[in-house]
Amino acid sequence: MSTHESTTARSRGKAPAGERVADWADGRLGIYSLAKANMRKIFPDHWSFMLGEVCLYSFLIIILTGVYLTLFFHPSMNEVEYHGSYVPLQGQLMSEAYKSTLDISFDVRGGLLIRQIHHWAAIIFLAGMFVHMMRVFFTGAFRKPREINWLFGFLLFVLGMFTGFTGYSLPDDLLSGTGVRFTQGAILSVPIVGTYISMFLFGGEFPGHDFVARFYSIHILLLPGIMLGLVVGHLILVFYHKHTQFAGPGKTNKNVVGMPLLPVYMAKAGGFFFLVFGVIAAIAGIASVNPIWSIGPYRPDQVSTGAQPDWYMGFAEGLVRAMPGWEINFWGHTLVLGVFVPLVIFGIFLVAIAVYPFIESWVTGDKREHHILDRPRNAPTRTAFGVAWVTAYMIMLIGGGNDIFATHFHLSINAVTWFVRVSFFVGPVIAFVITKRICLGLQRRDKDKVLHGRESGIIKRLPHGEFIEVHEPLSQEQLYTLTAHEQYKPAEIGPAVDENGVERKAKSTEKLRAKLSKSYYGEESQIPKPTVEEYREITSGHGHH
Amino acid sequence: MSSQDIPEENLPAAQDHAHGEVADEQHPFADPGLPPHEHRVQDIDEKAAKRSERAVAFLFTLSMLATVGFIAAFVAIDHDKSVYVFPIGHINALNFALGLTLGVALFCIGAGAVHWARTLMSDVEVADERHPIEASPEVRAKVHADFKQGAKESAIGRRKLIRNTMFGAVALVPLSGVVLLRDLGPLPEDKLRHTLWNKGKLLVNMNTNEPLRPSDVAVGSLTFAKPEGLEEHDEEFQNEIAKAALMIVRIQPDNIKDKRELEWSHEGIVAYSKICTHVGCPISLYEQQTHHVLCPCHQSTFDLSDGARVIFGPAGHALPQLRIGVNDEGYLEALGDFEEPVGPAFWERG
Repeated sequence: MSTHESTTARSRGKAPAGERVADWADGRLGIYSLAKANMRKIFPDHWSFMLGEVCLYSFLIIILTGVYLTLFFHPSMNEVEYHGSYVPLQGQLMSEAYKSTLDISFDVRGGLLIRQIHHWAAIIFLAGMFVHMMRVFFTGAFRKPREINWLFGFLLFVLGMFTGFTGYSLPDDLLSGTGVRFTQGAILSVPIVGTYISMFLFGGEFPGHDFVARFYSIHILLLPGIMLGLVVGHLILVFYHKHTQFAGPGKTNKNVVGMPLLPVYMAKAGGFFFLVFGVIAAIAGIASVNPIWSIGPYRPDQVSTGAQPDWYMGFAEGLVRAMPGWEINFWGHTLVLGVFVPLVIFGIFLVAIAVYPFIESWVTGDKREHHILDRPRNAPTRTAFGVAWVTAYMIMLIGGGNDIFATHFHLSINAVTWFVRVSFFVGPVIAFVITKRICLGLQRRDKDKVLHGRESGIIKRLPHGEFIEVHEPLSQEQLYTLTAHEQYKPAEIGPAVDENGVERKAKSTEKLRAKLSKSYYGEESQIPKPTVEEYREITSGHGHH
Repeated sequence: MSSQDIPEENLPAAQDHAHGEVADEQHPFADPGLPPHEHRVQDIDEKAAKRSERAVAFLFTLSMLATVGFIAAFVAIDHDKSVYVFPIGHINALNFALGLTLGVALFCIGAGAVHWARTLMSDVEVADERHPIEASPEVRAKVHADFKQGAKESAIGRRKLIRNTMFGAVALVPLSGVVLLRDLGPLPEDKLRHTLWNKGKLLVNMNTNEPLRPSDVAVGSLTFAKPEGLEEHDEEFQNEIAKAALMIVRIQPDNIKDKRELEWSHEGIVAYSKICTHVGCPISLYEQQTHHVLCPCHQSTFDLSDGARVIFGPAGHALPQLRIGVNDEGYLEALGDFEEPVGPAFWERG
């Protein structure tokens, strides 16, 4: 036994140092079984799969730069007089939080750059998540088995919004302070507990002396801690489920076609981190973001015009601006609908994203795993719902900047506000209808291409004088790709009599489901795929175009 | 090596039928399987591959130079120096130099790695099999049986008393945590109903810090005021000004439409809370001709000549008016506190 061990030890001695270190680690951590499954793991290639990476990398950049900023930032609301190197604010009273942000911007070399990278990365992080979620939504990548991962992503998006908000509130400048005041006013509108929540959050009356310190621990510890956990979980699930892929030759629901993690994706994804970081660093060197020195320290009795939150809070701002000022007074109480209703819609708006996968799987009744992505056109109702949601979101973004729109386009603020109020209801409906039409049109064109070939642009004159355009038949790859998608049949209400022949009443949920299913997959909502018979009939004919 | 004499193993593979079905009369839409791998120029031409290698190395070298540049800029450039950059304008030179060098240093690493992966690493697509996420029926049965066995051995189902008291204990224990949050802040009580204003408090001009006389308030001007005795250096200045901030305008008494407003004014001088009743922004835009004021945050518009009622926007009720008069020395003074809470509405407001 001992001789045997010593021989292995000796032969190991000759192995390269890296291998010996790996062997050592494997003996303690079991890294080889992990590596066996993952080192040559296959990832499919598509540009839209990069969007999630943008989010991951900007998140890492935010953490790196955020740690640096904590070394210089003082989360304190003590009032101090400014005597730093920014001349226009000399002698001004301001909180220590604001002063230390000025110091980071003017007296710490590179501090401004890191601050701006941090802020730009946050803006890009949220934008990245928004677009990444759209990609996942419109391609149906949220379907089983990925619903939980959709929820993780949803939570990351929502927590990202609040982490961003608590972050840009920290410098205690006039703009962010106004945003905090707005939040406090919104909290006050909550029935019964509003004033209590406000007092507890701010440690008394607004603005008090506590909120910067409290937001600080929420911003740098609580929320990012949860988010880091969610990001890790999100990535583990991406690995575990393996990546989705678009339909194509050789790609099935049972395989994943692409290139291996080592070396290709190690280099591409690792390199992409540096690309994202590099671009953000260059932006931060060129374009200023949140120049708090020109905004001034916060005073509850002062405000500047054109006050805007960061973009991801814009739609909440829009909801609050567009809502009519309804207030109901009864029995000595006030129901502040004008502020509380937007607060509730804000919640509903977000929760709608979270629950959508479960609604769709209930409508389809589909319990199978889906790894092949839908082209958005092949799921017209889902695509239309998505576009309707995005439309409402965008209209509220306009609403959140109604003053900017009014001044830049020389419009009346009242007109812009009324436009937003009306189109919040009308816009999504129009968008829904148009999107569905476009999807169906694209489905018809796909069908046409399969049956009649692709338009070649070559005009041929027939002997009898007729002009025709020559259509070229598609390759088998294309034929397969265009016909690979599945089409559901609308679900029917169960039989009107049960197994004993007794008449039974269809449950209302059953009826609702049948109705929804019809609107998803009925005749009006999808173009039947070309069948083999249709294809054969046309191609076996007489060189039909 | 020219492209004429390509080694055989570098030539495109023949169509890979092994993976898919071949289209035939019966299956015109059948999956043809993975398409054959198409070689890149780098795969077959060593010269091109060398060029790629040099490009990657160049990018990595550029990154190194940029890092050196970053350190040089950090040391050499004065942090308050500004520089003109077309078309952005004057910007901080140090920030610009650091951002650009860091950007190039990072970007070139990324560009090098991606170029390396795209041109020199194998781009042969391979297929990995997927396995169903859910466990096989045997595994599922085993787990269910194990769980039942464990539950049975614990007797949690049989000894209900243990189970129920355990649930009770675990449900109650977080209450301690909730109670601990109590001291985050005081109870609201009537804090939101009172401001620093009360009878006899002079109206002090926010800008000049001098008590206001009626003659200081001209028609068409908007004056901001605070209660006498409240100074910027006070510990509670921010909290107090958040409620007590006042705006004062002078309107021809004939133009005041609201009877109570006229009563509470002095020679057409009216004092209103500056804090918007929507969500609490300070109102700051005044239209002289119409006596409308607009909150710049959410565009609530109030008519100061008509009891400051809301004429547009999301605010739910009029701005509270402060009753004012003139004291013996001819200064404007408050005749009491606001009669209703200032700022945003809340549940207890009534």
